[in-house]
Amino acid sequence: MTEFTLPPKQKKTPWQKMRPYVIGIILLAIYIWTFTSIEIRWSRVFSQHTIESLTRVIPQLFSPDWSAFGKVMGLMWETLLMAYTGTLMAAILAIPFGFFAARNMVKNKFLNTASKWALNAIRAFPELVLALMFVAAVGPRPFAGVIAIAIGSIGMLGKLYSEVIESIDMNVVEALEANGANKIQVLFYGIIPQIIPEFLSYAIYRFEIDVRASTILGIIGAGGIGTLITIATTNRNWSEVGLILLVIIVVVTLIDIISAQIRKRLV
Amino acid sequence: MMSKTNQPTLQGISSNKTKLRISAIFIIIVGFYLFTSIKTESSLLDLWSGKNGFINIAKSLFPPHWSYASTVMPQLIETLHMAIIATTVAALISIPISLLSAANLFPNPFIHLPVRFIMNVLRTIPDILLALIFVGIFGVGVFPGIMALIIFSLGLLAKLLYETIESIDMNPIEAIRASGGNTMQVIAYAVIPQVLPQFVSFGLYVFEVNVRASLVLGFVGAGGIGLLLNQQVSWANYPNVMTIIIIIFISVVIIDYISNKIRERLI
Amino acid sequence: MIEFKDVSLVYPNGTQGLKNINIQINPGEFVVVVGLSGAGKSTLIRSINRLVKPTGGELLIDNENILKYGSRDLRKLRTKVGMIFQNYNLVKRSSVMKNVISGRLGHTGTLKSLFNLYPKEDQALAYRSLQRVNIADKLYQRSDQLSGGQQQRVAIARVLTQQPNIILADEPVASLDPPTSHQVMTYLRKVNKEDNITTIVNLHFIDMAMEYADRIIGMRAGEVVYDGPVSDVNEATFEEIYGRKIRDEDRVGGSDDE
Ligand SMILES: Nc1ncnc2c1ncn2[C@@H]1O[C@H](COP(=O)(O)OP(=O)(O)OP(=O)(O)O)[C@@H](O)[C@H]1O
Ligand SMILES: [Mg+2]
Repeated sequence: MTEFTLPPKQKKTPWQKMRPYVIGIILLAIYIWTFTSIEIRWSRVFSQHTIESLTRVIPQLFSPDWSAFGKVMGLMWETLLMAYTGTLMAAILAIPFGFFAARNMVKNKFLNTASKWALNAIRAFPELVLALMFVAAVGPRPFAGVIAIAIGSIGMLGKLYSEVIESIDMNVVEALEANGANKIQVLFYGIIPQIIPEFLSYAIYRFEIDVRASTILGIIGAGGIGTLITIATTNRNWSEVGLILLVIIVVVTLIDIISAQIRKRLV
Repeated sequence: MMSKTNQPTLQGISSNKTKLRISAIFIIIVGFYLFTSIKTESSLLDLWSGKNGFINIAKSLFPPHWSYASTVMPQLIETLHMAIIATTVAALISIPISLLSAANLFPNPFIHLPVRFIMNVLRTIPDILLALIFVGIFGVGVFPGIMALIIFSLGLLAKLLYETIESIDMNPIEAIRASGGNTMQVIAYAVIPQVLPQFVSFGLYVFEVNVRASLVLGFVGAGGIGLLLNQQVSWANYPNVMTIIIIIFISVVIIDYISNKIRERLI
Repeated sequence: MIEFKDVSLVYPNGTQGLKNINIQINPGEFVVVVGLSGAGKSTLIRSINRLVKPTGGELLIDNENILKYGSRDLRKLRTKVGMIFQNYNLVKRSSVMKNVISGRLGHTGTLKSLFNLYPKEDQALAYRSLQRVNIADKLYQRSDQLSGGQQQRVAIARVLTQQPNIILADEPVASLDPPTSHQVMTYLRKVNKEDNITTIVNLHFIDMAMEYADRIIGMRAGEVVYDGPVSDVNEATFEEIYGRKIRDEDRVGGSDDE
């Protein structure tokens, strides 16, 4: 080599120099805090007991108890009905929220912000927490689950709807208004045709999520196949749990596939 | 938006066939709804006049019992720690898995298809159900909860990540191969720089998901704040319930806010 | 020395990429391969570092048949053969320096390269390479912030950092405007002469081929239909290679002698 010059060092502002260290220290602090305060009972995790359970539970999970098939399918059907009812309620109830939160529809800043906040607030709660509340309110039955599903779904659908509405072509609306159409006519001829496919697509997508969610609502008494899960696990009937697991996997996968197909054709 | 703009505005005068089809779909949806409401015994009236009457409960939720917060906070922190550990472990495992699932890096279908299949199955199993099984194996505590979160978020993260990897620019990969780099070097120099920002962003998103999920794991004895919530609801100690709910709400909102701010700056 | 002995290549879908190629390329030569789109120029060039694998014949580099190479030998071969691409093929989100130092990957252990532990000589070499193509001032910029011509110069620097015996360039100027094209070709030519690196370039433009080449190889339908020193080449030669009249689009223009 003729020359041997090292490249000049990169010029950085003090913040650029510090940044990796600051991020590193913050991360390190979080992890130290986490790992020093988490209480994992390793003696139980790696105990004789665990090995026994492992050798008992795992083989049973993989040999489903087909005699429970009728019962499991019945409850899976109930689960699907719960999800359907909940999603449909939400798909309709979310419409006013979507309109109120859409800036191009409602020109009232207060209403906009208030509905956006309401939707965000709903989404902060896991469905199971909502369900627990409703079980307390209306008693342990599927209805509690349906309401929890509906309310949880309004949070997401309302937000997605408002985004769809905000993205529509307002020229069409203006053209209709210029022709002297009244508000209702504008809604039905100018706005609804533009938003229907997306609304439907999102509602169907939410149905996928709600099917997953409703499978576990029974754990706290809100109906569906989860009821059976609780019973089977407390009885340590792992081959029945295995069957439930299998049914959930197959049904959820099927619904995902069908729903994806429908949504592809819609939008 | 999109193709809708080139439709004629006045398509309210639809053909008879379309009208028939829409009516049929409408009747089916509504009919099925009525059927499911009856099946799931859902009647909105019950919400108000039900066993406990929702309004009565709502009244008894106030005022929250603030001094109970000191009992709740340690549990909330444990919940966060579970989410932190689970997200970290899932993120680490998802790296090799998503690389193996990417068809552009491993074109051999015998590699990427089985890996994807397993990840798809994992995503269909509700995390609570996983937690129940792990509680059965490892006993109650945070460990089974963490395991459940890891497995569930692994499926989600691996999918998001391999889709990103499949969309990267393949040119630099060819360049590194052409200059004699081995597979590890191709990944480190041409793949990782292209996907790192998305990877971190997805990791944060999955952390948000895990925080919500970990809040309810306590319902089945898998650690965290859910245990307290379940307890207080079943004891009908509503001021305490309200305290927990407010604490959950505030912490979820704060975590989502921070995570969103970081993600915005990443991409 | 690179020797094609009756080399053929059939792609998996049945397309005949190369048909019985017999050529010899001597050390330090600057060869330009011309031909219409689909003639097999890329296939020819990519055979030399085995980005595609010929299906018949022998391809000798320094008297070794590279078609027999396993993956280890192949990587060793590739460290000695640099390649420049039409789309520069830089990692866009990485800095110029990181892209250029990646030329050393083949010479660096996997672990060392993962942790960016390059010896001082390598870092100096990378910097020197950037200076040679006049772009050292962009050292720490992200490479997607550079213009096309600048990115191609970074790609040349990356190849130089490899310290290759052979440089392959597959349409290096096809995405650039005429003045920038000439600049890039001038750098390639300079490197070829200064370091005595055998250089093989695919080009579409006949005036560029004439200006920079020592020797011209013409291809049509996977076969070599012309091979001779640039001094023997004239417009008629190109018309023969292309099998049609020369058009305006076959010239890039913008060089000094026009
Ligand atoms: N991966 C491949 N699989 C199948 N056929 C291919 C492949 N790559 C190239 N071919 C075919 O081989 C022939 C030669 O292609 P090649 O890319 O070498 O041409 P080229 O001269 O470089 O053309 P261009 O100037 O357009 O780059 C073409 O008919 C092309 O369609
Ligand atoms: Mg080509």
